[in-house]
Amino acid sequence: MIRFENVTKRYPNQNRPALDGIDLNIDRGEFAFIVGASGSGKSTLVRLTIREEIVSSGRLLVGGHDLRKMPQRKVPQLRRQVGTIFQDFRLLPNKTVQQNVAYALQVIGRPRRAIRALVPETLELVGLAGMEKRMPHELSGGEQQRVAIARAVVNKPPVLLADEPTGNLDPATSLDIVHLLRRIHDSGTTIVMATHDNVIVDELKKRVIELEHGHIVRDEEGGSYVPKAVDNRDLDELEAERDDDLDEGSTVPPQDRPIGEVHALDEWDDDAEDLLR
Amino acid sequence: MKPSVFADAWEGLRRNKSIAVSVILVTMISLYLLGVGLLAQRQVDQMKGYWYDRVQVSIYMCTDGALQPNCTGEAATQDQKDSVAAQLKDMEPLVKDVYYESEKEAFDRFKKDYKNSPLASNISVGDIPPSYRVQLSDPEQFETVASAFEGAPGVASVPNLRQVFAPLFRAINIVTGVMIGLAVLTLVSAVLLMATTIRQAAFTRRREIAIMKLVGASNRTIRTPFIIETIASGVIGAVMAVGLLWVTAWALFDKYLLHTQGAGSGYISTADVWIIAPFLLVGVVVLAIGTSTVTLWRYLRV
Repeated sequence: MIRFENVTKRYPNQNRPALDGIDLNIDRGEFAFIVGASGSGKSTLVRLTIREEIVSSGRLLVGGHDLRKMPQRKVPQLRRQVGTIFQDFRLLPNKTVQQNVAYALQVIGRPRRAIRALVPETLELVGLAGMEKRMPHELSGGEQQRVAIARAVVNKPPVLLADEPTGNLDPATSLDIVHLLRRIHDSGTTIVMATHDNVIVDELKKRVIELEHGHIVRDEEGGSYVPKAVDNRDLDELEAERDDDLDEGSTVPPQDRPIGEVHALDEWDDDAEDLLR
Repeated sequence: MKPSVFADAWEGLRRNKSIAVSVILVTMISLYLLGVGLLAQRQVDQMKGYWYDRVQVSIYMCTDGALQPNCTGEAATQDQKDSVAAQLKDMEPLVKDVYYESEKEAFDRFKKDYKNSPLASNISVGDIPPSYRVQLSDPEQFETVASAFEGAPGVASVPNLRQVFAPLFRAINIVTGVMIGLAVLTLVSAVLLMATTIRQAAFTRRREIAIMKLVGASNRTIRTPFIIETIASGVIGAVMAVGLLWVTAWALFDKYLLHTQGAGSGYISTADVWIIAPFLLVGVVVLAIGTSTVTLWRYLRV
């Protein structure tokens, strides 16, 4: 379904490539976690897959299409096949839950009849039945992420990419979200999830791909967040890092959060750039 | 096209009201200037067509005390007049019709043509020389006839109508040039303002655009509201410019010049505004589409 062949990605004005000669194959119907420290290349991997960025060298195939050769006008077709969710939800603040989900179908020209059928069905699936008329600011973080998931899957894409989807959520809510993703996976959707969250990874026991400085350092089925033999100090650090993420349902931009999340700041900046592009 | 596309465009215009108004006004002014330039050119063409078709060779004869070098200070003799008349007769069929206008007739005609002018009261019989009014079968052959009588005995002057009109046409051409120059400058600012508006609108709607890109909306879906918005402000500006041109033409030609100088003297009218209006409208639509396409291509890559 998604195949990286010796993929390298270099950003301009950066010495070290974000991804360096990655070989990776994710089959149809798989559920794979991408783990690794911030800056290890997780987000780059996601952005290459929806062709927000283009690989510098190597080959990246999604559903059999070589993204590097894909003409610009075909990119929207690709993105209809690949749902995406992010840490910051990216909902439209002036639209209701229902409108946010319907918007995704409207802008790709789906007929009104299909929208009327698909939106309630999807809201039901993500557990938001009865909240159709709420505005995003009236929802908790977990609920907002559910709206984002509904929007990502309402068009029934075969692939769902999740870039730190629980990064702004408390542990209990994070688990709920991941269980929802597992349900979506059970209906046949291929899911690739980049995450920091060891609890989630350990709980689901799915394939784990670990990135470090743009290299794959580990790829195991039924893996856990950290390799079996690990220094306890590392584990503590990871815990500490996670604790910083705990402010529940927070939509506070990372620059307003406690210091210590330096890497997340970089990611926020990247996202802001995307919006302006 | 889906109604939501127009709803988006309307929403965008409403949200950026002040900047939309400036686009409309600048477009209006530039198209107004352009329209004035075009109308001035139509006026020149119209006058050329009107006067050159009717061009008559006027052969003015000498009068007593005439100052023209060819005259000896005395009125042309009957012999000299007869000789001119005979020579004209020889030039048929180029000469279609000859009419002799006496001093008295010339005086009466002047009185009638310029009855509102203060000049009329200061003129007396004999101030305007008698003349042969010659109608040509081919007005282009003016020079041939004129040169034959230039300097003939008893002939005071053979004024060339084109020379009479040349300064007027030159003046109108200068006005046209200035108008079109200003129109080009204001059109450039209209285009830049359209581009700025689109960038600003794209910034205001960056969340929506980001999500549209994410869920795979086609470029056309993303860009159409911006293009419609730009076309709409351009067209509103153009319609206002046409209205203003109509009022100008109505006040200047239909109301003033036709009133004071009588109909059929080669002036344009409000009808000419309707002739140039479609060009202005089509022009502004093309400009709006071009500007928005280039701007969006630069600022809204997928």
